[in-house]
Amino acid sequence: METGTAAHDDAAREPVWTGLPPGLLKMRRLLLVVWLGLLTVVLGALLNLFAGPAWAAFALLPLALIVWGWVLLGRNWRSWRYAERADDLLISRGVLWHHETIVPYGRMQLVEVTSGPVERHFGLASVQLHTAAAATDATIPGLVPAEAERLRDRLTELGEARSAGL
Amino acid sequence: MTTPGAEKDVPEAAEVVREQVPVVERRLHPVTPLRRAWAPVAVIIGWAVHDPNQAQEQLTRLTTITLLIGLAVFVPAAGLYGFLTWWFTHFSVTDTELRIRTGLLFRRTAHIRLERIQAVDVTQPLLARVAGVAKLKLDVVGTDKKDELAFLGEGEARALRAELLARAAGFAPETVHDVGEAPSQQLLHVPAGVLAVSLVLTGATWGSLAAALVVPPLLWLATHSVWTVLATALPLLGAAGASSVGRFVGEYDWTLGESPDGLRIDHGLLDRTHETVPPGRVQTVRIVEPLLWRRRGWVRVELDVAGSSNSVLVPVAPREIAESVVARVLPGVTVPPLPALSRPPRRAHWCVPLWWRGYGLAVTDTVFAARHGLLRRSLALVPHAKVQSVRLKQGPWERFWRLAEVHVDTGANGTVTARLRDAEEAAELLREQAERSRTGRRDARPDRWMA
Repeated sequence: METGTAAHDDAAREPVWTGLPPGLLKMRRLLLVVWLGLLTVVLGALLNLFAGPAWAAFALLPLALIVWGWVLLGRNWRSWRYAERADDLLISRGVLWHHETIVPYGRMQLVEVTSGPVERHFGLASVQLHTAAAATDATIPGLVPAEAERLRDRLTELGEARSAGL
Repeated sequence: MTTPGAEKDVPEAAEVVREQVPVVERRLHPVTPLRRAWAPVAVIIGWAVHDPNQAQEQLTRLTTITLLIGLAVFVPAAGLYGFLTWWFTHFSVTDTELRIRTGLLFRRTAHIRLERIQAVDVTQPLLARVAGVAKLKLDVVGTDKKDELAFLGEGEARALRAELLARAAGFAPETVHDVGEAPSQQLLHVPAGVLAVSLVLTGATWGSLAAALVVPPLLWLATHSVWTVLATALPLLGAAGASSVGRFVGEYDWTLGESPDGLRIDHGLLDRTHETVPPGRVQTVRIVEPLLWRRRGWVRVELDVAGSSNSVLVPVAPREIAESVVARVLPGVTVPPLPALSRPPRRAHWCVPLWWRGYGLAVTDTVFAARHGLLRRSLALVPHAKVQSVRLKQGPWERFWRLAEVHVDTGANGTVTARLRDAEEAAELLREQAERSRTGRRDARPDRWMA
């Protein structure tokens, strides 16, 4: 497969980043609220029952965690982005611990689309790239299934065209 | 296998002829059943060691006659098992594959593609040397211990290795049998005296020896329990032996040769190992320089080959010779000299005090070279063509000091890291390295190196 070099050279210099769809953030926040909310209620009820109403104030602790986690998840979600360049895939993620991965298409051994039961319920799927190196951790979570499949097909196609092996 | 026919000039016809040739299946050497017969014995011994109390209880319950009857049943059964596993193990070499069929109850067929060969090992444990047989193993990514051919006759193993390498190299199938063993030219031989001195000058040898001599008496003073002392002393002594005598025996008579089929590494005092690494299979080379070797200018060279267990290229050699060997292993590569490596910026000492001076990085046209270690210096070289992915990593403390690290992953499950680089430099490095590893593959040699 031939790629127009002149047009792609410009693209290579300034990658076109794509963020994640909001579905993932919605799912994570919902899970956070459901689990920590449950914990708040159970903790409050138990403390009220066995230790007295004053102690039940400690149930506010998970509530604070919800607020903190809400912000944290938002920041983490915003930090995730990927860019398909002419010859390689870029994945950038993480706020405090920032990671940036570049995988040349020719090195891809297999592309995997996974979707767990919760993810499926929210209409999400993740794409994972494997190279011959196990240390390569190139995963894009929370994509819309159509986009995940498009990405998988495109990556597979480009990988075949530029296959390089070990 | 094929008779050189008139259709030689017509590739299609040759293909057809090759298709029709029946694949000749071969068996392993007839000595093999003896080795397999040990398996049931090993299981019993393993059980006895695993649970000594119960084993003793069972033993006291047995009378002499039951013991004899047991033996009379057990020995022929073990012999039969050995014979049957040998009888049902076949291997054959086709134009593109080595096929191994094995298994008594659970059938297992392995087809190993020859152009995927990363290395070929012919090993001879001591007893196998006495019996005149050898094991042959193909290192391919993903093979395990079951895929080795144990045992073959000594000459047969060598002939098979030559045949496999010739086929993998891409010689025409008609000529494979006539190609024979590629001539080897010796690059390096490590004298026993130098090896012994180098081991004496290794800190790990003394560390494990000191631990084995100091820890058990201390434990005896503390606990007065014989079993505790024995349980710690034996592994410690074993580790001390393995790191000194074991290494000497394993690395004795280390000979490195070069042939058109790639590198040949032969070594061992009791167990002999002959390894062949075809061209273009080396993923990473590391030059390690322990503190006590520095005055003599000695280094150790390690290498990573995907799917291979051996990781030593040269156990000990003077630096200049080691560097010339590296230049042979990675064609077109010169080892960057120490001053050519750029150090991290001064502020890096806030992240790694003192040891920050040990880090260094150099990127040449052909390799990514990263150094680490202050006392025991280690320089890792990755050819750009072998890079599978590039990663940049930055933690909060590193961000504060505008530093970042760049990881370069290779196919042998190794990662070479350039730590404590300036953040902007690292970002630039990430982009450039991705570009280099993408284009670096262009002038690499093909998998079939003679084709």
